[in-house]
Amino acid sequence: MKNRFFGVFLVAVVLLVVAAPVIAHHGAASFDTTKEYVLKGTVTEWIWANPHCFLKFDAKDDTGSVRNWAVEVSNPTDMSKRGWARTSFKAGDEVTVTLQPVKGGAPVGRLRNVVLPNGSTLGTGGPAPAGAAAPGAPAPAAK
Amino acid sequence: MPKRLIVTIAAAAALTASSVMRAQNQPWNNSGLAQSPNQPQSGPAGPAPRRDLTGIWDAGGAGIGARGATPAPLTPWGEALGKTHKSGDGARMAPIAEINDPLSTMGDPEGFPRNLLFELRPFQIVQTPNQVLILYMFEKRWRVVWTDGRQLPKDPDPRWYGYSIGKWEDDTTFVVQSNGTDERTWLDNAGNPHSNEMRVEERYHRVNQNTLELTVTIDDPKAYTKPWVARNKLALRLMPPDTDLMEMIPSASEAAEYKKVFAK
Repeated sequence: MKNRFFGVFLVAVVLLVVAAPVIAHHGAASFDTTKEYVLKGTVTEWIWANPHCFLKFDAKDDTGSVRNWAVEVSNPTDMSKRGWARTSFKAGDEVTVTLQPVKGGAPVGRLRNVVLPNGSTLGTGGPAPAGAAAPGAPAPAAK
Repeated sequence: MPKRLIVTIAAAAALTASSVMRAQNQPWNNSGLAQSPNQPQSGPAGPAPRRDLTGIWDAGGAGIGARGATPAPLTPWGEALGKTHKSGDGARMAPIAEINDPLSTMGDPEGFPRNLLFELRPFQIVQTPNQVLILYMFEKRWRVVWTDGRQLPKDPDPRWYGYSIGKWEDDTTFVVQSNGTDERTWLDNAGNPHSNEMRVEERYHRVNQNTLELTVTIDDPKAYTKPWVARNKLALRLMPPDTDLMEMIPSASEAAEYKKVFAK
């Protein structure tokens, strides 16, 4: 009974943390909130700046072509509160990125979470979108 | 609940909690409170000191105001101006490529009173014999509130941050009146408009040693059909006096770099 209570408490803690607002300066108008991709890739650049930090990485699409993605998170102030830092990534890091793409098909989106080379995960908060792709599903080729 | 899931969740929660605590306790670059300031206090708060607002104050996540305020109905003039605003969030939300927010796309100053309604990050209040100075983390800007008994200017040249005078209504309530704002600035992140005829009242009520409440009232008969309250007793928490705040400056070059990549 005690353990069960502890488990419920932890779930509540996690939900409180992930329910934090993600984006301060703009909303979701550019993004396809019905889609979520999980891509394995190699970091090319990590921009720690306002109004949004963004991660650039190379990943293969479902035709085998490599595209350079750019995915945003919130600003350095808010990401610091979630354990992110200017030093979170370096070029060459192998990462697994869960992202929500923009509507037009460009390799651009907003990052939902990222698994680092050491296996730990950095998250951004926010609920999962309806109809999210299964983990590991490759992104479609550029139209 | 399966044991393995509990262990995974526990690890995630511990990692998140430790990183958040680290971010808030480090001696440099403090990012402020995570969310609401209504967090458990370490002990009972002492009484409010008399006529004293000095200190570093933070509303946590409640200060951000990403979706904008809920204003009174607009006048036809206000409606027409508001229609030209394509905001990043709120009722006028547009895709990134179409946003024309002067703050986020051109690096214009946020301006007053948008700096109270959007990205109200931690700020420090300093009192001198004839001024109250408010030093804002966001944009690294400051305002001067004159307490020397002067009146607001009658026909002011518009300023990004207006003109402000303040007086103590009682020992724990400081009231600021402002005018002379520049109508190129937006009122909030939803692109609500204002005119340069706007008057703004800020009421700072020190509830106790650790808590300050801010109420902001907008009175702009050119843009709105009646006065309205844009912040209602927003709770601010006193931060430790040795808190070094992060820089959070919306620079024009960083905004341009961001837009180049994301306006797709």
